[in-house]
Amino acid sequence: MSKPLLEVKKLKKYFDVTGGVFSRKVGDVKAVDDVSFDVYQGEVLGIVGESGCGKSTTGKALLRLIEPTEGQVLFEGKDITKMNPEEMRKMRRDMQIIFQDPYASLNPRHKVEKILGEPLLIHGIGDKAERKKKVKEILEIVGLRGEQAASYPHQFSGGQRQRIGIARALIVNPKLIVCDEPVSALDVSIQSQILNLMDDLQDKFGLTYVFIAHDLSVVKHISDRIGVMYLGRMVELTSNEQLYDEPLHPYTKSLLSSIPNPDPDIKKERMILEGDVPSPSNPPAGCAFHTRCPECMDICRSVRPEFQEVSVNHFVACHLYEVDGDNSDQEQ
Amino acid sequence: MKKPVLEINNLQTHFFTDRGEIPAVDDVSFFIREGEVLGIVGESGCGKSVTSLSIMGLVPSPPGKIVGGNILFREQHSTKEETENLVNVSSKRMRQIRGNKIAMIFQEPMTSLDPLFSIGFQITEALNNHQNLSKKEARKKAIEMLNLVGIPRAEQIVDEYPHQLSGGMRQRVMIAIAMSCDPEVLVADEPTTALDVTIQAQILELMKKLNREKGTAILLITHDLGVVSEMCDRVCVMYAGKVVEEGDVRTILKFPKHPYTRGLLRSLPKMHEKQERLYSIPGNVPKPGSITDGCRFAARCSEVFDRCYKEDPELLTLSEGHTCRCFLYEKEGDVQHV
Ligand SMILES: Nc1ncnc2c1ncn2[C@@H]1O[C@H](COP(=O)(O)OP(=O)(O)OP(=O)(O)O)[C@@H](O)[C@H]1O
Ligand SMILES: Nc1ncnc2c1ncn2[C@@H]1O[C@H](COP(=O)(O)OP(=O)(O)O)[C@@H](O)[C@H]1O
Ligand code: SF4
Ligand code: SF4
Ligand SMILES: [Mg+2]
Ligand SMILES: [Mg+2]
Repeated sequence: MSKPLLEVKKLKKYFDVTGGVFSRKVGDVKAVDDVSFDVYQGEVLGIVGESGCGKSTTGKALLRLIEPTEGQVLFEGKDITKMNPEEMRKMRRDMQIIFQDPYASLNPRHKVEKILGEPLLIHGIGDKAERKKKVKEILEIVGLRGEQAASYPHQFSGGQRQRIGIARALIVNPKLIVCDEPVSALDVSIQSQILNLMDDLQDKFGLTYVFIAHDLSVVKHISDRIGVMYLGRMVELTSNEQLYDEPLHPYTKSLLSSIPNPDPDIKKERMILEGDVPSPSNPPAGCAFHTRCPECMDICRSVRPEFQEVSVNHFVACHLYEVDGDNSDQEQ
Repeated sequence: MKKPVLEINNLQTHFFTDRGEIPAVDDVSFFIREGEVLGIVGESGCGKSVTSLSIMGLVPSPPGKIVGGNILFREQHSTKEETENLVNVSSKRMRQIRGNKIAMIFQEPMTSLDPLFSIGFQITEALNNHQNLSKKEARKKAIEMLNLVGIPRAEQIVDEYPHQLSGGMRQRVMIAIAMSCDPEVLVADEPTTALDVTIQAQILELMKKLNREKGTAILLITHDLGVVSEMCDRVCVMYAGKVVEEGDVRTILKFPKHPYTRGLLRSLPKMHEKQERLYSIPGNVPKPGSITDGCRFAARCSEVFDRCYKEDPELLTLSEGHTCRCFLYEKEGDVQHV
């Protein structure tokens, strides 16, 4: 594998919880709580997990669309968390984002021409005529027609709007695109069109994706490596094949066994978890998964397991796989 | 073979709006036998929810109206054998049936629970509409129902309010309310779509248990073919307001005939094999009423031929219990296609 394009180190994002008459701070939501991973040039890194586990917060923190509370995000070796606004503006040309909701993410009062021309304007790319030409080109690249630049978002279907969202990210020629649930709101028959498009674009433009989704079959299809998050933490990270063939973390195992399979001949052992996902404002001590884990041990209730490489390129945070050696300072 | 409890024939439910008449449901037929789980699948806007609202007598009117077909309900334990057509029963009778004989759960449990009343109150209210219980009995029954649907700390939860519960727990409460009168049919419209997969697995398991132990027939509406495979005995596939294929679950998922069903199954990313490229059905999901002539699927169909643009195919019986709406399977008039 090539060198990392993006290195995320001990990333944290805590949101204040306020309460009482004076709206004083009464606690934190630990939306992202000490997450580290690398993203390599040209790969698709999938991130999966259930609602509220911190996927979108991680994605936005990577681009500093929300300010990380702690930790570093290195893009091509440079720490973007330390950049000033002007440096950051330049940086954004290389790092773009696509959102889940193609309805909410496009300004309904603007024509597609303006929506797609804006990023070019911000980055000072081309004159008016060149921008117009580029907009037409990009529309055709994402499978729409050039003359549709004159239409408004409401004149498009959900799938077409997502194509516009992709075009908007792509038009400034980025290196990395964070895709936050880009197909979750789409119908099955439209989902596969968009996934194929994203695949093609990746090949054509040598893109790197961080692909966030809650649908494991979608993530499996598109990703080279996959990270699984639970309650603000990364609990497992490995190659696509390894994750599905030999999941190690008990949460990953139960997640995989919960997915209903459309093939009626595949019967599998179901591992149904008890209880609900705890609140991230009051996560369980020790391993955050211990309240639902079928393999919970004493140590799990008090000591947070470290995220470690337990075999080549297979990272897990679970006491069952603790590698020997320096375990002394694992308490966080 | 068990008798149908619910049988729908050529149902048409249209909306009369400023933009004209919208045929949201336009020729839907199916039946559910006692104790059976029937799935209805299709993409957004194909008319799944309007079908379920039609059964419940809850189509918003105006603008909506059932303009054709019938919905026959056969009460199991009554002495009379005949069926009632829910399309024209009195509203008094419909209120008796709704909740008591046919109950419904919705996709978003929060919108159907009243935020101002305790969980216990909402369950006992449902009970009191149909049974006469003392306050004490009703509370006891409410706790019993919460236990049945696997809610921990039922004695406490019974006094809590909807916002204090998680999405999965709210859906359990909805199921408790729906099941409280021991209905013969449970209509579940995307009951797990808003939930996480690990919570979805819990709710599906619960519905399976109720179906097995109480013999409640379930009409399960979903867009997830995995859920269908897991839960259903038979399945109806809908496209643009019509049933396009119907059969037992294995036939439909393993040997589908309609080009739409085939395309839909092929579009799914598979968990157990690596595909370089996904199959995809071209074009967009049509708005109801946007196609008026010919087969509704013609513009996206890989097998389309001339006739498909002019005539609307009928539902054909391919084999015992397997029907399909497509000219390719007409016996006579040997169909040619390009
Ligand atoms: N601006 C905010 N203020 C306070 N809490 C927030 C804020 N944004 C997110 N959170 C909380 O942080 C946690 C993680 O949220 P996030 O949106 O990252 O989850 P997610 O994994 O993307 O979930 P989903 O699958 O539902 O999109 C949640 O508990 C959420 O309520
Ligand atoms: N209250 C309403 N007024 C007008 N049209 C409606 C109304 N409810 C539903 N429809 C129309 O009926 C179509 C089918 O809707 P629905 O049954 O909700 O689809 P789904 O299969 O996604 O559940 C929708 O596309 C919509 O145009
Ligand atoms: S650390 Fe303990 S509780 Fe956490 S996943 Fe591993 S075994 Fe389960
Ligand atoms: S009738 Fe024609 S267009 Fe319709 S599904 Fe069959 S082949 Fe396709
Ligand atoms: Mg999110
Ligand atoms: Mg619906």
